[in-house]
Amino acid sequence: MLKIRNLHAKIEGKEILRGIDLDVKAGEIHAIMGPNGSGKSTLASVLAGNEAFEVVEGSVEFNGKDLLDLSPEDRAREGFFLSFQYPVEIPGVSMTNFMRTALNEQKKYRGEAPLSASDFLKLMRDRKQLVDIDSDLTNRSVNEGFSGGEKKKNEIFQMAMLDPKLAILDETDSGLDIDALRIVANGVNKLRRPDNATILITHYQRLLDHIVPDFVHVLYKGKIVKSAGKELAYELEKNGYDWIKKEME
Amino acid sequence: MASEQDKLLEEVTNREYQYGFHSDIEMDVLPKGLNEEVIREISRRKQEPEFLLEFRLEAYRNWLKMESPDWAHLKIPEIDFQDMIYYAAPKKKPQLNSMDEVDPELRATFDKLGIPLDEQKVLAGVAVDAIIDSVSVKTTFRETLAEKGIIFCSFSEAAREYPDLVKKYLGSVVPPGDNFFAALNSAVFSDGSFVFIPKGVRCPMELSSYFRINTMNTGQFERTLIVAEDDSYVSYLEGCTAPMRDENQLHAAVVEIVTLDRAEVKYSTVQNWYPGNKEGKGGIYNFVTKRGICKGDYSKISWTQVETGSAITWKYPSCVLMGNNTVGEFYSVALTNNYQQADTGTKMIHLGKNTRSLIVSKGISAGKSQNSYRGLVKVSKKADNARNFSQCDSLLLGDKCGAHTFPYLEINNPSAKVEHEATTSKIGEDQIFYCNQRGIDTEDAVGLIVNGYVKEVINQLPMEFAVEAQKLLQISLEGSVG
Repeated sequence: MLKIRNLHAKIEGKEILRGIDLDVKAGEIHAIMGPNGSGKSTLASVLAGNEAFEVVEGSVEFNGKDLLDLSPEDRAREGFFLSFQYPVEIPGVSMTNFMRTALNEQKKYRGEAPLSASDFLKLMRDRKQLVDIDSDLTNRSVNEGFSGGEKKKNEIFQMAMLDPKLAILDETDSGLDIDALRIVANGVNKLRRPDNATILITHYQRLLDHIVPDFVHVLYKGKIVKSAGKELAYELEKNGYDWIKKEME
Repeated sequence: MASEQDKLLEEVTNREYQYGFHSDIEMDVLPKGLNEEVIREISRRKQEPEFLLEFRLEAYRNWLKMESPDWAHLKIPEIDFQDMIYYAAPKKKPQLNSMDEVDPELRATFDKLGIPLDEQKVLAGVAVDAIIDSVSVKTTFRETLAEKGIIFCSFSEAAREYPDLVKKYLGSVVPPGDNFFAALNSAVFSDGSFVFIPKGVRCPMELSSYFRINTMNTGQFERTLIVAEDDSYVSYLEGCTAPMRDENQLHAAVVEIVTLDRAEVKYSTVQNWYPGNKEGKGGIYNFVTKRGICKGDYSKISWTQVETGSAITWKYPSCVLMGNNTVGEFYSVALTNNYQQADTGTKMIHLGKNTRSLIVSKGISAGKSQNSYRGLVKVSKKADNARNFSQCDSLLLGDKCGAHTFPYLEINNPSAKVEHEATTSKIGEDQIFYCNQRGIDTEDAVGLIVNGYVKEVINQLPMEFAVEAQKLLQISLEGSVG
């Protein structure tokens, strides 16, 4: 589904990603861990097409297409979803209107008919239940006045609405209390299917108690320096990142 | 798309020039220039009663002593008032036989705006059934209104049919010597609308779509007078979201509103005059005086405006809160793009006791435009317990445009409570990227964000116009980002 080869990217002249290789297949959950500043969020931003970053080398193939060649909106329409670390507030724009616009734009791209108002509202109700989110959230403007936890839950709700093929969750667990964490994790687990995939970017092992990854990768100084099964996460939790740093130097 | 719209407007203009004013020039048009003789001739041709001629002449004599205002944050090229024509009979538009003959691009714009087909026909100048339709629609409207005793007609007709009412109220809110442009309008006004709602009557319909068809050719000096007697109500909509082009560059309209005890008037405007091309050439100057007086106790006047057009806008719809417990409201969206300039806002004059006013102004600047809010809140000595809340927000798209806020407060009564909030923000790249990541392209994202920003104001418009106004904002901004 996703093939990253030798990906290099920089921001303001500074190289952050220095040769990333990663393969993600349908049905898999990958966790990317690593110390602060290792390039985890940069990887998510580059894949989503954030123009602040410049790709200097490498390739990314997404379902047979050259991802780097697509505009950010077309990446989304191809089924790529990013759960933002810091979701943005859009005052005055209702969640309903926002989601309906997004969903119908994606459908248009795929040559499908737009959803009628009643079908759309039905889908909203259904998805809200699935990810266990207060209906109050969707009656408000996009992220406006939401608490940190509410914003993250709202990201998972949007993911449920748009039903992406590949979702990257950029530190969705940070700043969540244990109940919110459970809601987010349950949402991700329920949305898991053999034909989609998830990449979790996280600092802590605790999210991985709730969402069990198939693979854990350690990102350090812009490169994936270690990949293994879920046991790697426990090792990192116990011993920190220092042993990896030592191994590298 | 912006350039498409320009092209379309060009074509529309050229067409009008091609067919307009080619017959009987001496009959329809007075020579260029302004003097007392021209004014007497206008009044004669319109068969006006004597008092109107006197009104015009008084205004003209005032105007001669006045100078064009220079305090606004605008660059206004010198206007040669002797180089203009002050009277022209409504020009004939080319008549088309069906919608198929209408420029496909013009039709596309109409469709984008969601304008109903019948209105499209009238706007595009399609003949046959459209005219029959509008005549029959008018007749139905007229009957309904007449049953209630409501008068709604052109100003010229009112001057002939209801001279006593016109004489009583004309100039009672905006006197003939009020300001330079109002004085000019009072001297030479062409036509406009007259509305009279008798005691206790709620006007059963928006005086809107009828109006849009009714007053297509009122000319550059439009005059509107609305009188609402005790316990009456009317909602009035002026303007049109379709792009409007006119060979007259200067437009100086006057609107007067009078509300008596417990009456309410809601006046909504959607203005989309030709703003000039991308280089800032051409475009309409819109210098308007709009003022309402809440004469009776517990009465209310509410102005809502969506301003997207004109090269230069100079406009301050105001409320004089004379009666006790009266309410004035001003909701405004002013959007400027390319080289447009707007200096717009309101005046709330608190004279009566327990008067309240609310100001919500949302400016949007894009391109190289300049957008200013200018507002006065004045509380007189006797206006005990006056309340005002003002919110003035500015939204910037890009870094070559300007947004300015000029609030004036004159408070002469210690019991007054006046609050002013102002914000300036930019559409963030992060907001646009967030939308992009959900599959919404940049232009749609800007439209979405802008419409969210102006929601409070748009919600004040009658439903169908709210929808059109939203689309209009989006179209006006196309090509301004990215």
